Amino acid sequence: MRSSLTSANRAGWAFALPGIVLILAFIITPFFLGVGFSLTNQRLISPNATRFVGLENYREMLNIAVVDLQAKTDSAGKTVTDADGQAEFPRLRSITRNPDTPQYHGMQEWFRWVSGDTAHVVIASDVVFWKALLNTCIFVLMVAPIQAAIALGLALLINQKLRGITIFRTIYFMPVVVSIVVVSLLWRFIYSGQNGLLNNMLSFLSFAHFQPVDWLGNPHTALGAIITMSIWQAVGFHMVIWLSGLQTIPPTLYEAAAIEGSSKWQTFRYVTWPGLRHTAVLVLIVITMQAFAIFAQIDVMTKGGPLDSTQTLVFQAVQRGYGMQNIAGGSAISVILFLIVLVISMIQRWLTRER
Amino acid sequence: MADIKLRGLRKSYGAHEVIRGVDIDIADGEFCVFVGPSGCGKSTLLRMIAGLEDISGGTLEIDGERVNDVQPRERGVAMVFQSYAIFPHMSVRENMAFGLTISGASKAEKAEKVQRAAEILQMEHLLDRRPSQLSGGQRQRVAIGRAITRNPSVFLFDEPLSNLDAALRMDMRMQIGKLHKQLGATMIYVTHDQVEAMTLADKIVVLRDGLVMQSGSPMELYHNPANRFVAGFLGAPSMNFLEVEVLEADSENAKVARHSMDPIVVPVRGRKFAPGDTALLGLRPQYVTPSTPDEGVLHGQVSLVERLGSETVVDLAMEDGTSLIAAFSEDKQFERGERIDLAFDPARTHLFHPDE
Repeated sequence: MRSSLTSANRAGWAFALPGIVLILAFIITPFFLGVGFSLTNQRLISPNATRFVGLENYREMLNIAVVDLQAKTDSAGKTVTDADGQAEFPRLRSITRNPDTPQYHGMQEWFRWVSGDTAHVVIASDVVFWKALLNTCIFVLMVAPIQAAIALGLALLINQKLRGITIFRTIYFMPVVVSIVVVSLLWRFIYSGQNGLLNNMLSFLSFAHFQPVDWLGNPHTALGAIITMSIWQAVGFHMVIWLSGLQTIPPTLYEAAAIEGSSKWQTFRYVTWPGLRHTAVLVLIVITMQAFAIFAQIDVMTKGGPLDSTQTLVFQAVQRGYGMQNIAGGSAISVILFLIVLVISMIQRWLTRER
Repeated sequence: MADIKLRGLRKSYGAHEVIRGVDIDIADGEFCVFVGPSGCGKSTLLRMIAGLEDISGGTLEIDGERVNDVQPRERGVAMVFQSYAIFPHMSVRENMAFGLTISGASKAEKAEKVQRAAEILQMEHLLDRRPSQLSGGQRQRVAIGRAITRNPSVFLFDEPLSNLDAALRMDMRMQIGKLHKQLGATMIYVTHDQVEAMTLADKIVVLRDGLVMQSGSPMELYHNPANRFVAGFLGAPSMNFLEVEVLEADSENAKVARHSMDPIVVPVRGRKFAPGDTALLGLRPQYVTPSTPDEGVLHGQVSLVERLGSETVVDLAMEDGTSLIAAFSEDKQFERGERIDLAFDPARTHLFHPDE
């Protein structure tokens, strides 16, 4: 027996067809292709046939270790120090090129910390990947709470019946509808080291005591600059989501609270915030996913530099796949990103579940 | 405990005035019901007393103090809303203790007051439930419980039973009546349901278009309506108004007649009529009785019969085309299309000017 879904709804399926085809072509197929490519040595253009390599791409990328270097000692057994009085350590290649430790072969230093006469060096086969992963995590950890909080603050401010309040809504929402590429270009001018708006403003406000900073050219400030600009750009979008959540709270609840003698803070604590529970889950998950996918800002503003200080996973995936023609490597990064986002979303859902 | 005085109270939204000078005195411990059709301003008036709406003019006194500009929480009032307005994420216990929680009451005090309120409302077994697990009537009891725990001097009810089904409404109506007796607090109750008004009130205030039409005890309003609006609003089915011509009139009585109705003498109840005036004869459906063709005053054809069990309501089409509603308590059978004759006691009628 055929169900009504397949027999009577031919027109319905016909209407859905274009959408289904597009989703299949641009979302579902690439997803599986990506997983497939990540298990091969697929290149963008190559005379050689593609080979199945199993999890080699992942192993190469995730391979990380901590090795200890003992400080050099002189013949008397005393630590050799340099001109600054710091202990001197043997070069890392004494391990990574040592035939006795083939497992560290070809690995490079990511960072190190020194305790006494021992230097602990974190080495990885694919340092750029790890930097990209770390930067992406920092980006998400900064953007998600700050953007959500500012968006909620703005939503609370504009959720009032005031003359001209729509002007403020429009102003806050405007960056969202401007292309991120355009926004990034504009902010490059703002952050410019020579005559950027930000340097000029800080200089003016500090009576010319502020020393100009090349915000995007300095490894210490570049990621922070991009984080700030990204928060500003999308805050209006989340403000609108919060606003819609605020407006689902029945006004009589506020009136009841007012009659019971609730202060502004108590009203927020007991009425507004519990009423925003579902919105909060949505906003957090959406921001987290968007933040993990950061690409355009990096591509336009820094291209991952300086010194890989703004490398991110998606930027690396694109650079690897198309810049270096390493489709397999780019796919592997994409799959890892997918798994990270999946796990985090599930954890968030679990933490904010209905109890 | 507190008495409430409204003096020339006004409220306008821009140029539109919705409360147009209202004077009401509510005594300490009185149960006062504001009643009127939708849009008459009764809810606005209640919200002005609660402090949820600003007062545009006049004065509002609670317990002898002018409170026009006092915050809602400092007026000593508690309010029960039509939509219950209980907090969905809190248990019944937390909801009822809400006012105490935000004023920083101790745990012991909260527990004691919630327990007392729950006993009064017979809902001790519901305290740990969530609002989503409660029926409409139970939710409304939670809202009333939240009002009780704060021990306010004035209770405000804004159509609290309108969202409940008929059986529950009657049950809750009785509970609210008992609650008033038990607590002895001043209560103001807004409704469009005249049964609630008649059964609960010590004093009914009938409102229309932002003005008080009449205020007084339920029976006073029922038997001596000040105008045609009050006469038509209270009582179900509502009063019939028959157009009549005044033949003779003095300060006590008037002799009136209409097409196909013999002249009768009715009381004028303080109104002044002159011979030749057109007037409206108000006749409650319950005061009309079946009669014989010789003795009957009104004659017509039955166009609709509604049997309610205790009462039979008949819609009568009279010879000149006007219709008349009659309600008979005895179990008499009427058929559609049947010709019947009716009589009434002229002393129980009201005579109004047509433009009242």
